[in-house]
Amino acid sequence: MITFSSTHLIYLIEAARWTLLLSVLAFIGGGIVGLALALGRVSQIRWLRWVSSAYIQIIQGTPLLVVLFLAYFGLSILGLDIPPIVAAGLSLTLYTSAFLGEIWRGCILSVPKTQWEASNCIGLNRLQQYRYVILPQAARIAIPPTVGFMVQIIKNTSITSIIGFVELARAGQIVNNSTFEPFITFVFVAMIYFAMCYPLSLASRHFERKLNVGK
Amino acid sequence: MSVNEATGTRPRNEAVPGAEPIIVVDNVSKSFGPLQVLHGVSLTIERGTMVAIVGRSGSGKSTLLRCMNALEEINGGTIEVCGNKVSMGDRPSVKRLRTDVGMVFQSYNLFPHLTVLRNITLALTVVQKKSRAEAEAIAQKVLAMVGLADKAEAYPEQLSGGQAQRVAIARSLALSPKVLLFDEVTSALDPELTGEVLKVMEDLAREGMTMVLVTHEMAFARRLADVVVFMHQGKVWEAGPPAEIFADPKTPELRQFLSSGL
Repeated sequence: MITFSSTHLIYLIEAARWTLLLSVLAFIGGGIVGLALALGRVSQIRWLRWVSSAYIQIIQGTPLLVVLFLAYFGLSILGLDIPPIVAAGLSLTLYTSAFLGEIWRGCILSVPKTQWEASNCIGLNRLQQYRYVILPQAARIAIPPTVGFMVQIIKNTSITSIIGFVELARAGQIVNNSTFEPFITFVFVAMIYFAMCYPLSLASRHFERKLNVGK
Repeated sequence: MSVNEATGTRPRNEAVPGAEPIIVVDNVSKSFGPLQVLHGVSLTIERGTMVAIVGRSGSGKSTLLRCMNALEEINGGTIEVCGNKVSMGDRPSVKRLRTDVGMVFQSYNLFPHLTVLRNITLALTVVQKKSRAEAEAIAQKVLAMVGLADKAEAYPEQLSGGQAQRVAIARSLALSPKVLLFDEVTSALDPELTGEVLKVMEDLAREGMTMVLVTHEMAFARRLADVVVFMHQGKVWEAGPPAEIFADPKTPELRQFLSSGL
């Protein structure tokens, strides 16, 4: 019988690179689209509000699993043969952006209306108001919920195993199938997940302190 | 209006007939949903004068001030500021208004994430496209005017209410407005801090700044305003020099307001 060895550990760590890559894709794609959605949701232009709101409602109401199936199998039926990494990146971006968009909208709205008025009265246009006054304050409020959601995303990347990714959770399953040592295998899997999530929490605390200037 | 030593009005900028109007409010009405707040308000404010708008809460005085600065859209009538018709929807007009008019709020509304210096230089660099050095020189100058030259690097949360309000005044002054609007700027301050803010406003008045203030500081209005406007139920009920308004109220509403001990 094969016992759990350093080879298995290295295999897990290598698989964790997929987890990391998928998470980074989700953060970057989801972050960019999410910011656009948040701004769209609070826009003065009605149709922009409507489109962003509809996007968020639809994605939030659909399981990530289904989005992933649609992106991978659904699009291939339509003749678009997309590689798994693209399907996974696309699905995670859709999913992440809808939630970040809604979180960040709340953060933007929590900046007092008087900050809009004061910056308006000194002549800033809407773009300048966002850039210099509103978003810096919203960002400070956004850090804890954003980091919390990022940690969720790191763990949720495991769902991409169903379209063939051997990421950390799936790799743990494979190792367990060959070693039959579920306890030690999944303790290592958990530890690697923790090692990826914990630095985020630390970074969050660091940024909160850094942005809490004057307090 | 002549100087009246007996009532203590200040010797400055006597409003001569034919003086230049800088704000003309003509028959303005404003509603919030079903609630009509302003009922045909007309008021002319002349360059270099200080006008104090007084009245009970809910009389529409703050709303009138906000309409003058295009923070609220009016439903009827017209407002002209520096010859420019005020309309929220008209961007070029609002842009011009922003260069002509500065506003100070009851809750200071400083930007909490920026230093005092940056609060003041922000619009100078971003809107007026001045260099950083030039903007900072202006900021230092206006900070000195309000007596806070040593607070440039502080953050708003490190200031007292009175200091914060003086920074807010400095922030408006830095943009060299033609008119300054003050919306109950001392209402959130205790009496001691109120004094330091009123002192700054007094200095500005003496230098000839056109100022419109919504205020509960009756003694201040009485001593320094050129014109006192009493608003009641969304209308200009009475207006005139402080000596007349305070000594000889024409209407029972004003008499009652003055005697209510405000």
